[in-house]
Amino acid sequence: MILQDSKTLLEVRGLRATVNGTEILKGIDFTVKAGEVHAIMGPNGSGKSTFAKVLAGHPAYVVTSGEVVYEGRDLLELKPEERARAGVFLAFQYPIEIPGVANSQFLRLTYNSVQRERGNDELDPLEFDDFVREKMKLLEMNPEFLDRSVNEGFSGGEKKRNEILQMALLEPRLAVLDETDSGLDIDALRVIAGGINQLSTKDNATILVTHYQRLLDYIVPDYVHVMDGGRIIKTGGKDLAVELETRGYDWVGEEFAAARVTA
Amino acid sequence: MSAQGSPVRGATTPAAGYLESLLAGRPRLPASSMAWLNELRAEAVDRVGALTVPTIRDEEWRFTDISPLTKLSLQPATAPVRHESIDVGRFALDEATTRIVFVDGVHAPELSRVAPDHGVVVANLPAAAMAHTATIERHLGCHAAFRSDVFAALNTAFLQDGAIIIVPRGAIVAAPVHLLFIATQADAASYPRCLLVAETGSKVTVIEDFVALQHDAYFTNAVTEMSLADDACVEHIRVQRDSGQAFHIANCTVSLGRASRYHSVSVALGARISRYNLNVLQTADGAQCTIDGLALIGERQLADTHTSIDHAQPHGVSRQLHKCIVGGAAHGVFNGKIIVRPGAQHIDSSQSSRNLLLTAQAHVDTKPQLEIFADDVKCAHGATVGQLDSDAVFYLASRGLSDAAARNLLTYAFGAEVIDRIPVAVLRQQLEAIVLEQTASRS
Ligand SMILES: Nc1ncnc2c1ncn2[C@@H]1O[C@H](COP(=O)(O)OP(=O)(O)OP(=O)(O)O)[C@@H](O)[C@H]1O
Ligand SMILES: [Mg+2]
Repeated sequence: MILQDSKTLLEVRGLRATVNGTEILKGIDFTVKAGEVHAIMGPNGSGKSTFAKVLAGHPAYVVTSGEVVYEGRDLLELKPEERARAGVFLAFQYPIEIPGVANSQFLRLTYNSVQRERGNDELDPLEFDDFVREKMKLLEMNPEFLDRSVNEGFSGGEKKRNEILQMALLEPRLAVLDETDSGLDIDALRVIAGGINQLSTKDNATILVTHYQRLLDYIVPDYVHVMDGGRIIKTGGKDLAVELETRGYDWVGEEFAAARVTA
Repeated sequence: MSAQGSPVRGATTPAAGYLESLLAGRPRLPASSMAWLNELRAEAVDRVGALTVPTIRDEEWRFTDISPLTKLSLQPATAPVRHESIDVGRFALDEATTRIVFVDGVHAPELSRVAPDHGVVVANLPAAAMAHTATIERHLGCHAAFRSDVFAALNTAFLQDGAIIIVPRGAIVAAPVHLLFIATQADAASYPRCLLVAETGSKVTVIEDFVALQHDAYFTNAVTEMSLADDACVEHIRVQRDSGQAFHIANCTVSLGRASRYHSVSVALGARISRYNLNVLQTADGAQCTIDGLALIGERQLADTHTSIDHAQPHGVSRQLHKCIVGGAAHGVFNGKIIVRPGAQHIDSSQSSRNLLLTAQAHVDTKPQLEIFADDVKCAHGATVGQLDSDAVFYLASRGLSDAAARNLLTYAFGAEVIDRIPVAVLRQQLEAIVLEQTASRS
């Protein structure tokens, strides 16, 4: 929700980034205030995941210019783990499988490392087990996923559910959910969207990267942005997503090009 | 099988004097009441005289330069004075109610404990020989390749004690047997010896555990022989946690009867240079073996594992997973030979060598060696050498784990796949803790 006088969580200005020497992000300006939900849409390969990974601090992406201020701090100065502990969370488009590490162990390590930072008590395996099972109920997740290796052999939808479970445990202030809806069946989409909605408060914010209006029926965005060619070429309200669903992206690109010519 | 053994001595080499000096330190063995044992030792002494210490010019030792060993001035271990001062508690495994301890190769009855179980014999050689000479004579020295391997020959030349396990027909031994070899003396050479005879249809779990109460250089030269009769089942766990300055050379030979099953997990953590030869021979139809190994090394350590699975008879199955985690400037070596003899049809064999390099200086030499002389067989093998997956490291970091913690966890997970196959829970937990701790210092 858009709130009067709410503080700015994230301020991105003129962000450019390369990977393997190729420029992918070509000047992004983007502001998120506490309480807001932003949707980022855009064609395949337009740079949405790159933007998400740059925010999370993936070392393969090199920021060549611009700045990112998170809660008044220079986010780009922080290591990925410091960003996570400071409340930045990325739900991966393609969550990584980690054979040999039990999901329960992983979830507890990650929970504790963030709690430590916040000055809260860490949980031992028994305490954590009770705690995580409650969170799993919320997401209608079978507890047997605790005993399996992290994401190993999980179906696409199960991996996404596991990402949102991590979000529920870490309670981030800025959550970037990269195509969390893709691969989810209709019921799972409803459950997970419900979970995300429950987690959102006036003090945190969510960025949803998605291709489909259907997610936005459940999680209503305050802003919808269109990314193309490494830039945000249009920003609108929730109706923009509906319009994109029927009209596609071409017209947005044309509009943007025309505006640049006149500018 | 000439490639398997040590070269025969031609001209006198510098290392030849070394072998003589080792032999010269041989204590006068008590005139054994067992004539056959004296003959066996005498023959072994002859073989030491005829063989030489291998060099990197020998195919079987191409990657493992043991010349530093020949520069050590070693003494045979003297009988330790005060066993009572040794705290075995830290090495104790609760599940293993029977434990035989050897200190610097010498049997330490006051540290051992034997829980009677189903008429199973677990004793040191002199004690066991009183009632079981025939069985021991039939097996001791009959499996190990002491005629061609100089280290097996040396061990046999020193043979006066050892662990003897005889599991009678049909006996199912629930509690694992723990053989604990403790190194306490610097510059000492010790010659641990073990014989396991599993009679028809019997079942047992044996843990060979090499530990150190010192940080100095010493030499462990171990020989193990195992014979599994028809339908017998043996779980064999071997943990080498010698000191970082130690030299550890071991030969284990396993003979498998009809439809017998052998599973081994060997873990190498210690020693400056270690070499483990594991030779499994399927002597009869339908034998099965699973051979798993893990080497976790760092600094300037070298861990060499040479295995040979000889499918001499049809319908055999073998499975093998060997992993090396190599940090520092360490060097892992794996050579896995699979032999399928003519006429040994319907063999089903698979081998996988997976290696993780933690630093740019770490390296691994891995080589499958398939010698297949039958046509109706299934033999799969593969080897990989890689680093930690950077996407996995980032995934963990993005969840708040420090770079070091993320790398440790992933390294640990890589090794845990082998550790998890150890069927003794307390040992598994002990090793998991050690691996987690060592990965932290090895990366
Ligand atoms: N590591 C990389 N090496 C080379 N090119 C890369 C790399 N990562 C991303 N790219 C390229 O950057 C562009 C943007 O990719 P990105 O994953 O950000 O797109 P996206 O908008 O998330 O697409 P999708 O909707 O398909 O998920 C693509 O052309 C992609 O091929
Ligand atoms: Mg994407």
